[in-house]
Amino acid sequence: MTTITTPRNRGDRPRAGRVLTYLLVIAIALAIAVPVAWVLLASLKQKSEFYGSPWTLPEGLHLQNYVDAFFTAHMGQYFFTSVLVTLLGLAFVLAVSVPAAYVIARYEFRGRAFIEVALLAGLFVNVNYIVVPIFLMLVGWDRALVDVLPGGFFIDNPGVLSLVYAATSIPFSIYLLTAYFRSIPTSYEEAAALDGASRFQIMTRVMLPIARPAVVTVILFNFLAYWNDFIIALTLLPGEGKTLQVGLLNLMTAQKAAADYGRLYAGMVIVIVPVLILYALIQRRLIAGMSSGGVKG
Amino acid sequence: MATTTSSPPSDTSAPARPAGRSARRRGDGRFVLACLLPALVLFVLFMVVPTVNVFRMSFYTWSGFSPDMRFVGFDNFTQLFEDAQFVRAFQNTVALLVVVTVVTMGMGLFLAAIMTRQRLRGRNFYRFVLYVPNVLSVVVIAAIFSAIYDQQNGLLNGTLRLLSLDGLQQVWLGDQDIVLWSVAIAMVWQSLGYYMVLYMSSMASIPEELYEASGLDGASPTRQFFSITLPLIWQNLRTTLTFFVMSAVNLSFVLVRAMTGGGPDGSSEVLLSYMYKQAYTNSSYGYGMAIGVVIFAFSFLVSLLVSRATRREPLQF
Repeated sequence: MTTITTPRNRGDRPRAGRVLTYLLVIAIALAIAVPVAWVLLASLKQKSEFYGSPWTLPEGLHLQNYVDAFFTAHMGQYFFTSVLVTLLGLAFVLAVSVPAAYVIARYEFRGRAFIEVALLAGLFVNVNYIVVPIFLMLVGWDRALVDVLPGGFFIDNPGVLSLVYAATSIPFSIYLLTAYFRSIPTSYEEAAALDGASRFQIMTRVMLPIARPAVVTVILFNFLAYWNDFIIALTLLPGEGKTLQVGLLNLMTAQKAAADYGRLYAGMVIVIVPVLILYALIQRRLIAGMSSGGVKG
Repeated sequence: MATTTSSPPSDTSAPARPAGRSARRRGDGRFVLACLLPALVLFVLFMVVPTVNVFRMSFYTWSGFSPDMRFVGFDNFTQLFEDAQFVRAFQNTVALLVVVTVVTMGMGLFLAAIMTRQRLRGRNFYRFVLYVPNVLSVVVIAAIFSAIYDQQNGLLNGTLRLLSLDGLQQVWLGDQDIVLWSVAIAMVWQSLGYYMVLYMSSMASIPEELYEASGLDGASPTRQFFSITLPLIWQNLRTTLTFFVMSAVNLSFVLVRAMTGGGPDGSSEVLLSYMYKQAYTNSSYGYGMAIGVVIFAFSFLVSLLVSRATRREPLQF
């Protein structure tokens, strides 16, 4: 017996430390998982179940909350707007950033250094600082065009919103893509040029497929940014056609007045679930991209 | 940092630049222009011009919709420092920055260190869970914390009632003395996982031999953390710290905007939310933009100070 106790005694302190470590990590993980799981469960509760203990499980599947959120609170329609704006924004940002990043990485031209510095400085300009001037500018354009387009064109236009999204993520996207294009050996392009490929073909047929990991990273981060944004959407779509996040904000305000928790939680689930599914599918790539793209908070 | 995205398939030792590229070919100019122009137009139109406008408008008084725009020089700025609400928003921003930075960075580093060094079982799972808040939108986080903090049926007060600790119940978002702390907790909840994952990946690149060697010399894990881990990820820490300041200024705004609206009675107002309020609710665009200029200057200055104060000789391993 003594032979066993000696090594155990020596291991006691680290073992106690290890248990503590586990407890701490588990506690923090629970602090994050429990509120999210609680919202998922609460979205199935009836109104009467929200009073009393918050820890009771839902008595049944009260799916009426979802019907209310989706139709009465228009979250279904907002969902569609969000999908549209996000996809359009991604299309815009890729269409302009990939060619620009490619020529910055591969061609010598006058003013290149200046453009690079300007774009780098753009990384430090957060959209929240400039959303007011953007709004005023668009209002000004609408006013200038009032004779041609009396209904206004730039405000309340999902297409314009996605263009603003794309524009404000250009510095980040070009930064990431340029770095990647530079790391690709030039022999691929030389070979393609010898085969008689045009510049455009070299870019789209040769370089773009090789740069796919960087393109995917750009898509991922911009998807999250566009899908999760509410400040720009709130400002540029003040009318009926809202995005999901702004719709959820309205539900929050409405809940404070009417104590209609079920509808709010159902609305939250509608917003959370697509992102969680995506995250579960691509988390490895997201985390790898995070450390290569530097910090983007 | 070696990662998947930074290592493309390379089967050749890359020459610096092909001969055909450095010698300009006919038509290169047009191709470059065509590729560059769309991005530049968007960038200038929606980023450069608005940024310049923030600075320009700060010298005017303007209600936004009237053509009446009057140059007032630095009046907006002198007015700011007599504005008690602005001073309060400034103090709140600084308080949140300090508290949230210290707690997030400290906990993030500590968690990353024990997750990498102790080789916890299931750490990929914990990493997965802790990163979740970073993919959620701020509105969702605000809604989650409103559910937690709800005065009547919230998770927090409900649990306290269940434990017969009614005396500890608070109006978490309605009490002027508490609301800022409630916001700070939500901010830490949101950003902790992100920084932990970031530090985990930089700690993973520290060679194992360093720990083995110092372990043989009898160094404790705490000693190892301060003498090996911390110095070797210092550059990474500096960068994240500099960026953290800027992102915390933004996060505090979007969170406050969605969760408290700056209330009760301006006690959770932060700089950006006050700017927003002046611009939209009060229609004092010039005044709002002066606040914007102050925020620009402030976050730039803080980043610079942080970067200066943390400068060390870079260590290699």
